[in-house]
Amino acid sequence: MADTKTDAKSLLLGPVFNNNPIGLQILGICSALAVTSNLKTTITMCIALTLVTAFSSFFVSTIRNHIPSSIRIIVQMTIIASLVIVVDQILKAYAYSISKDLSVFVGLIITNCIVMGRAEAFAMKYPPIESFLDGIGNGLGYSAMLMTLGVIRELTGSGKLFGFEILPLVNDGGWYVPNGLMLLPPSAFFLIGLIIWGLRSFKKEQVEKSEFKIAPHSKLQASHK
Amino acid sequence: MSNDSMSKTLIVAILLCLVCSIVVSGAAVYLKPEQQKNKLLDKQKNILLAAGMLQPGQKVADQFKKVEKRLVNIETGEYVSEGVDIASYDQRKAKKDPKTSVRLDAEIDIAGLKRRASYAEVYLVNDDQGNLKTLILPISGYGLWSTLYGFVALESDLNTVAGLAFYDHGETPGLGGEVDNPKWKAQWPGKQIYGDDGAVKAQLKKGGIDPNNETDKQYYVDALSGATLTSNGVNHLIQFWLGPNGFQPYLEKLAANILAENVSQQAPEDESEQAAAEVEM
Repeated sequence: MADTKTDAKSLLLGPVFNNNPIGLQILGICSALAVTSNLKTTITMCIALTLVTAFSSFFVSTIRNHIPSSIRIIVQMTIIASLVIVVDQILKAYAYSISKDLSVFVGLIITNCIVMGRAEAFAMKYPPIESFLDGIGNGLGYSAMLMTLGVIRELTGSGKLFGFEILPLVNDGGWYVPNGLMLLPPSAFFLIGLIIWGLRSFKKEQVEKSEFKIAPHSKLQASHK
Repeated sequence: MSNDSMSKTLIVAILLCLVCSIVVSGAAVYLKPEQQKNKLLDKQKNILLAAGMLQPGQKVADQFKKVEKRLVNIETGEYVSEGVDIASYDQRKAKKDPKTSVRLDAEIDIAGLKRRASYAEVYLVNDDQGNLKTLILPISGYGLWSTLYGFVALESDLNTVAGLAFYDHGETPGLGGEVDNPKWKAQWPGKQIYGDDGAVKAQLKKGGIDPNNETDKQYYVDALSGATLTSNGVNHLIQFWLGPNGFQPYLEKLAANILAENVSQQAPEDESEQAAAEVEM
């Protein structure tokens, strides 16, 4: 990230709209597919990831002047992993049913590219408070995308929001035929694709420059152009 | 000291590991009692749910006080009272250990279990007079993608279903996952398990039951639409667990015990009444 703005507002809100970790950087897709079939697990996952990103960035940044560059990735990993285990233990103790729904995905925050990416790209260079805010901001960006997915998927897939019935289902005597595909992970993939398409048509500057030009099949084809 | 010197690298690594391990183990030890309580509560909730006894708004632990846990040797149908700690016995864990489980031969393993624990957890709910009101048995078997785990609750005649519910499965949401649908589960109470010949007759019927057919009404439940393999799985696990390789020996012993108790209670009275009671059973 070449972004040099480090005031609190741009740190917090930048990743939500302009530099969304899922929408622009295409990070953290795996958990976005897995936990968004209903809003309750989505929110828990968002809170867990935001906290882990913020605190891991904070701790990495605190000791950044002492981290030997040869083992820096391992150091970041250890800090992230410890935080994730603590979060997982807390969820198991105080929100058991949600932690059962999230199952392995809390543990997989460790490998979530956003956490690692922010620690390496931002926290290694900036002071702790800014890093903390950057972590929160990226967590919020991730949350914004996940909540959108969660709302669409739960509403169309099971006619509910937060488990409360919004669209009465045919099975229970209503009129709405739920779309079972929306409860399966691939649907999130399609939705993310559509959202990214929408984002980039709206904000042209988010379109990536192509890194190489695809060569034509033959010289003949090239000469016709 | 330069950051990249050997000694600095070692010091940072060791210090970091020390701090992190203390934080992690501290959290694990401190939160463990709370976690175990949650796990137990979750299981108790599922048991009450299967029995149709769960009262929303009341504490699960309080409601569970009426339930008595016992262990049964599946093969002999006898209660187990020695050699194992009943309160902490976990049938799913015992299934994985060759010492506490038996291998199932392919021809009797209709539910796709491969092994089963030697001892099973059963839950008895007694009424105020101390007579058996509901018996809750654990059931499990392979569906389409996953093993389904659940409980079936039987009324005191040990034949009528009081409830059936699964608490853990990985079937397709919307199709096989409809085993969780309260409307589907609501069909179970009142169904009979065993036919007149003593074999398991209860099953899911493809295409739905005919409400005018007596056999359908007495024994069958609608199959899950669009989920033939999950429905078959549920059929097989009912066949297995309530059949001769499952709980049937235990249920027969229990029925005989209840009969004997009733007879001895009524013995001082008129003998013809006793005979009548026997016929009723």
